[in-house]
Amino acid sequence: MTQTTGTQTGSKDEIRPFKVNISDEALADLKRRVAATNWPDREQVADASQGVQLETMKKLAAYWTKEYDWRKIEAKLNSYPNFITNIDGLDIHFIHVKSKNPNALPVIITHGWPGSIIEQLKVIGPLTDPVAFGGKVEDSFDVVIPSLPGYGFSGKPTAPGWNPVSIAKAWATLMQRLGYTKYVAQGGDWGNAISEVMALQQPAGLLGIHTNMAATVPPDISKALAAGGPQPAGLSADEKRAWDQLDDFFKNGLGYALEMNNRPQTLYAIADSPVGLAAWMIDHDIRSYQMIARSFDGKPEGLTRDDILDNVTLYWVTNTAISSARLYWDTAHKLPPGGFFDVRGIKIPVAVSAFREEIYQAPKSWAEKAYPKLIFYNSHEKGTHFAAWEQPDAFVSDLREAFRSLR
Amino acid sequence: MSQITALQPQTEVRPFRIDIPEEALVDLRNRIEATRWPTKELVTDRSQGVQLATTQALASYWTTDYDWRKCEARLNALPQFTTVIDGVEIHFIHVRSEHENALPLIMTHGWPGSVIELLETVGPLTDPTAHGGSAEDAFHLVMPSLPGYGFSGEPTELGWDSGRVGRAWAGLMKRLGYDRYVAQGGDVGALVTDLMARQAVEGLAGIHVNLLTAVLAIGDRLPKESEQERTAAEAFAVFKQSGFGYFLEMATRPETIGYAMLDSPIALAAWMLDHDTDSYNKIARAFVDGKPTGNLTRETIVDNITLYWLTGTGASAARSYWEDGRALAAALASGQPPPPVSVPVGFTTFPDEIWASPRSWVEAVYPGLAYFNAAEKGGHFAAWEEPQLFTSELRSAFKSLR
Repeated sequence: MTQTTGTQTGSKDEIRPFKVNISDEALADLKRRVAATNWPDREQVADASQGVQLETMKKLAAYWTKEYDWRKIEAKLNSYPNFITNIDGLDIHFIHVKSKNPNALPVIITHGWPGSIIEQLKVIGPLTDPVAFGGKVEDSFDVVIPSLPGYGFSGKPTAPGWNPVSIAKAWATLMQRLGYTKYVAQGGDWGNAISEVMALQQPAGLLGIHTNMAATVPPDISKALAAGGPQPAGLSADEKRAWDQLDDFFKNGLGYALEMNNRPQTLYAIADSPVGLAAWMIDHDIRSYQMIARSFDGKPEGLTRDDILDNVTLYWVTNTAISSARLYWDTAHKLPPGGFFDVRGIKIPVAVSAFREEIYQAPKSWAEKAYPKLIFYNSHEKGTHFAAWEQPDAFVSDLREAFRSLR
Repeated sequence: MSQITALQPQTEVRPFRIDIPEEALVDLRNRIEATRWPTKELVTDRSQGVQLATTQALASYWTTDYDWRKCEARLNALPQFTTVIDGVEIHFIHVRSEHENALPLIMTHGWPGSVIELLETVGPLTDPTAHGGSAEDAFHLVMPSLPGYGFSGEPTELGWDSGRVGRAWAGLMKRLGYDRYVAQGGDVGALVTDLMARQAVEGLAGIHVNLLTAVLAIGDRLPKESEQERTAAEAFAVFKQSGFGYFLEMATRPETIGYAMLDSPIALAAWMLDHDTDSYNKIARAFVDGKPTGNLTRETIVDNITLYWLTGTGASAARSYWEDGRALAAALASGQPPPPVSVPVGFTTFPDEIWASPRSWVEAVYPGLAYFNAAEKGGHFAAWEEPQLFTSELRSAFKSLR
């Protein structure tokens, strides 16, 4: 009898429903801490060149303590079916929304850092129920949106070994456990790394991937960038622009990544100080930072103030700032060296959306070389690093078109 | 008349005493006690950063046994002053030797240090006869706090790179009436001292440094033939590969990391402790195993962190990296070699320094090197860790310049 109940409810493949429920106490403590922030002096420059600007942070803190309401996003999260299942010893949280269309194409969408499942919420409706959002029934998807190990409501690894290789395998296990025999994968940032590694591993059933942060940098370009230049001759205008973006990122924007690659545990800052965490998170790449800063100046484009604080607050209330940063360390220390944007050698179909203000906008010429089976390429004038979150319409429209041929 | 009163404060040297309000100390304790901790690192060494056991031992000591007032009293026992130079208020300790022919010396701390690094050298340097030396070893000692650090003011305008600090130091020595003096430094202090020499500031008779900062710019071009050279090159490669995160973050985004350093004492402590592997290991042993190395004791380590906390200088100190990063990038982009050093240079290599520079490297940077020695022990914070040994190096290095 115990055995029977064991296989019923305690099976290691069990999928348990999950609801988010943060205590009032945790939320009150957060507000108290934000209100008690001890501030540095203002930066000495009139732009973001010394980091997150004091005025932006003060506006963010004021909004956080006075107007922001976590319960709204909690209700929104709980309006979707959330689950937890244990894979390779770790609890993995995921949202799983099935389309009413039985022929829907299953897609596993992976967020990145400093993101979370909150990045993907806006695309759930249009992907699962296209008809209600101006699409066609043939474009339906079943969506699976997991929280990365150490992120959000997933468990925090207690030993090294969770990196894109093991996560990609776990995602294949998850899709198999959900009964999907044919599916696609999607991601940006770490979500791109994981989707691309899945594409390399070619688990049974994976038909292709879509990326909004394609890793297409050719080896000679990667080498020249690592050396700090000079720019190789013969680049097209698009390639030159990509070079400039990457060169700037490597020279001026890599500090956070290098610290997390090497010393995630040193960042007690982002576990103990909500404003320290918020500053660290919004200083991801210069274009998304500027977009976020404009939002706090009353000029929201892709992301609202609520969007941004939903995500920061999720990291805070789950105390996952450092456990999430450890993904950088694990990748840097447990996998063979290889740049985040370097060509990985994928052979299965790949679709690319290239947003103009991404860390770099992957040129079509590089994408064609990086992915011999490039089934879709589209570039967008608007949008930074968080495509699904900022530009959900463009993102959804690209996904529909990108995967049409794989259905 | 109005002209005179307007001019006077610009060169005035005012006595300074530290008196931190009790309220600030209570707030600090409350914040440490309210620390929200991350989960433990996943490894058994420091390879993921400052270990939880170390920060928790530090937090426990900080809130129970530690007494800032002792540090305050120690600092206030020394003659301290402030004076405005080039628009920034500079704090400094100034101890004149009783020996009339003492050699004036300006000694500069680095990051994550402060004047606290140098305190144990004050007695031996200024009063050698009481510390195993002779009257001819005496120095008049000037120890400023770098702009943006400790009790010095924060620059509100751009351009305070180490070269400008070096010029300010020359102004300070002149203001104190020293027309011939020597300079010494490690870490950022080594860069300031090096640049005083390269700018040939007035009155500078020689320098001693204990970090070869030029390696940051030309490390890849230095010889890697001998075993010592290869060891140093490997150490520098490891630093660039895995120890450079704090450096790059402060050189590019000081304000971003500044928020946490101003808001969370443990964030500040961890960021400061994670400087280089050797000093981190020594500090961790002091807290976790109760085994301090030399003068790197729990008390002096927490003195230094508390000084940063109470003065709220985590972000402003980090900005010095931003300034120096820009200056270095501009210098490299110019393609011009830095101006040569024409005053005598002394160098001491401490074995546990981030890259223990062999003589050949030091000579490549300072042709005509006047003094070189490889010390038996000591690391990045040589003056702090081994004050006697450090003092003896300074006595030897500057002997010929008296």
